[in-house]
Amino acid sequence: MSAPLLSLRGVTAYYGAIAALKGVDVDVNAGEIVTLIGANGAGKSTLMMTIFGAPQARDGSIVYDGQDITRMPTHEIARLKIAQSPEGRRIFGRMSVLENLKMGAAVTGFAHYDEDLERMFAIFPRLKERANQRGGTLSGGEQQMLAIARALMSRPRLLLLDEPSLGLAPLVAKQIFSVVADLNREEGLTVFLVEQNAYHALKLAHRGYVMVNGKITLSGQGRELLERPEVRAAYLEGGR
Amino acid sequence: MAAPASDAPVQKAPAPAIVPAIKDAAIAALITLGLAAPIMGLVTVQSLGKVQLEPHWMRVVLAVAVVFVGRLVLNLTLWAPRAGKSAPLITPEVEAQLKAVTRYAAPVALAIAVLLPFVPGVERTTVDLATLVLIYVMLGWGLNIVVGLAGLLDLGYVAFYAVGAYSYALLSTQFGVSFWLCLPLAGILAALWGVMLGFPVLRLRGDYLAIVTLAFGEIIRIVLLNWQSVTGGPNGIPNIPKPTFFGIDFTPGPGGFADTFGLTPSGVHRVIFMYYLILALALFTNYVVLRLRRLPIGRAWEALREDEIACRSLGVNTVNTKLTAFALGAMFAGFAGSFFATRQSLVSPESFTFIESALILAIVVLGGMGSQFGVALAALLMIGGFELFREFEDYRMMVFGVVMVLIMVWRPRGIVSSRSPSVFLKERKAISGSLVQEGHG
Repeated sequence: MSAPLLSLRGVTAYYGAIAALKGVDVDVNAGEIVTLIGANGAGKSTLMMTIFGAPQARDGSIVYDGQDITRMPTHEIARLKIAQSPEGRRIFGRMSVLENLKMGAAVTGFAHYDEDLERMFAIFPRLKERANQRGGTLSGGEQQMLAIARALMSRPRLLLLDEPSLGLAPLVAKQIFSVVADLNREEGLTVFLVEQNAYHALKLAHRGYVMVNGKITLSGQGRELLERPEVRAAYLEGGR
Repeated sequence: MAAPASDAPVQKAPAPAIVPAIKDAAIAALITLGLAAPIMGLVTVQSLGKVQLEPHWMRVVLAVAVVFVGRLVLNLTLWAPRAGKSAPLITPEVEAQLKAVTRYAAPVALAIAVLLPFVPGVERTTVDLATLVLIYVMLGWGLNIVVGLAGLLDLGYVAFYAVGAYSYALLSTQFGVSFWLCLPLAGILAALWGVMLGFPVLRLRGDYLAIVTLAFGEIIRIVLLNWQSVTGGPNGIPNIPKPTFFGIDFTPGPGGFADTFGLTPSGVHRVIFMYYLILALALFTNYVVLRLRRLPIGRAWEALREDEIACRSLGVNTVNTKLTAFALGAMFAGFAGSFFATRQSLVSPESFTFIESALILAIVVLGGMGSQFGVALAALLMIGGFELFREFEDYRMMVFGVVMVLIMVWRPRGIVSSRSPSVFLKERKAISGSLVQEGHG
């Protein structure tokens, strides 16, 4: 098997003196959907941000496509065809939907802007209806679509998705997950997904990791993890 | 789009409870009594070399009565519980009408500005005042880049204005460099200082940034005040030469402007020339800002204002983006500063106090952050208003305080609060600020 597209080895990250990540090993192979599940405060979003260099990892290494990106500034990482739909969506509220999408295409130099815009509108028709509207006036689900579309405008090979289902109605969340599955199947987009909604995430993913207190405690095939009693007890039963 | 909730029929509020209203008014009256009795009721008078207290109880009674009645009336009307939020003063319909008007407002305002010196009845003083207003319009547009677009609260903007003014003053008086050569130099120098301020404050935002920029403005002023050998200290730099009209001086003698063009020599020529000069500079500023907004860098500024982390993860180099905002904003202040120096013929640290920064910031905020026309309108209101009310010297600051509060109550996002997007799908559509909650994008 060829080298993974993204490979984390012994990654630690700190907020001041507090360790948020305590030596994390994660691999994401090209063409895979890999999910990371865990409770609130386990360090999932920190891991996502650490891959993007904010905060930078204190120890360990992050290798993407054969290149060490551990010490790279965030904006340079973003130019390596890694895109992120961050936690809380972080869309530009006072800018229009179109402007948000245009910001996403900035790293490509707008080379395929028109083409990609049409593609996004085909995937998320709602965004086309709202194109001239302010980002801040969209509903939560539409904002999540916008955040994903904005990330996709940079034509990434790897998409980091942080809690796309957060605060969404179950139906809308399902819609978003099915879009992610389609993108993976049809365009070979590699996805690293952080989720609290463990059931949906593990059903969707090829492989999964479970994070507890800044450490990976379990890993395996998505369906397989779904059957594990400890996973069921901690993240599925009662949590659904 | 959903209609605002206030469109729903407002239920007639039941009669407001009179007892709590009276109680509240009585408490307010009591506090007034406590405050007014010693402050207004007792006056010290010098008589026969001794200080005596003279009672003026009538005043106290009046003050207490005014507070009691006023508070009672407010309690029963505006502040009545369950009165519900009154309909907004400017409804979406009015907003739409305003928008239709503002479409023509900018070209009309421009036409008036261009023709102003030749309108019959317009005197030298009016053109002079218009020149002053335009300086502030230009400063407002410059600061708008930093505050309105990039969202970096800068309270020391006047420092760059000062750098521009002193650059021209020193270069022209010490080395005899002409205004036209100094103008770009002053802009570049100010931009350099913008970058110098920008570097240490890269990691700061909001309140912290405001404090540091405030301090920066004061440092520049104090250096100007104390570096006697170079800046002339509190006396400033006098006898700054005036600019020429393509090499032609505005002197009455032969070879002067009037002589060359066969006009009757008059001091008005220079005044009008200066007016057109600042008009051109201001329009240049406006043009550059409008162009930049449509370029990736302009969008990056706005995105930076909205969310810095998202910006970085989209590949925007936030360091460069912030520095260019500081540098460009400072550059326009530098241009305006060198114009100011040549207009006044004298620069001194007095002209670059914090109140100037506050005034420029007030123009940007009142005008509607990010709106070019709003800023121009606010500058006209503030500076023009200042001059109109000059006769009421003692009260004008108060009047302006009240006006500012009222604008912020009725138009919390500034006079012109809509922002037109820089890219469009099919049709251009401005987005009203009132549809978006304050602080939530």
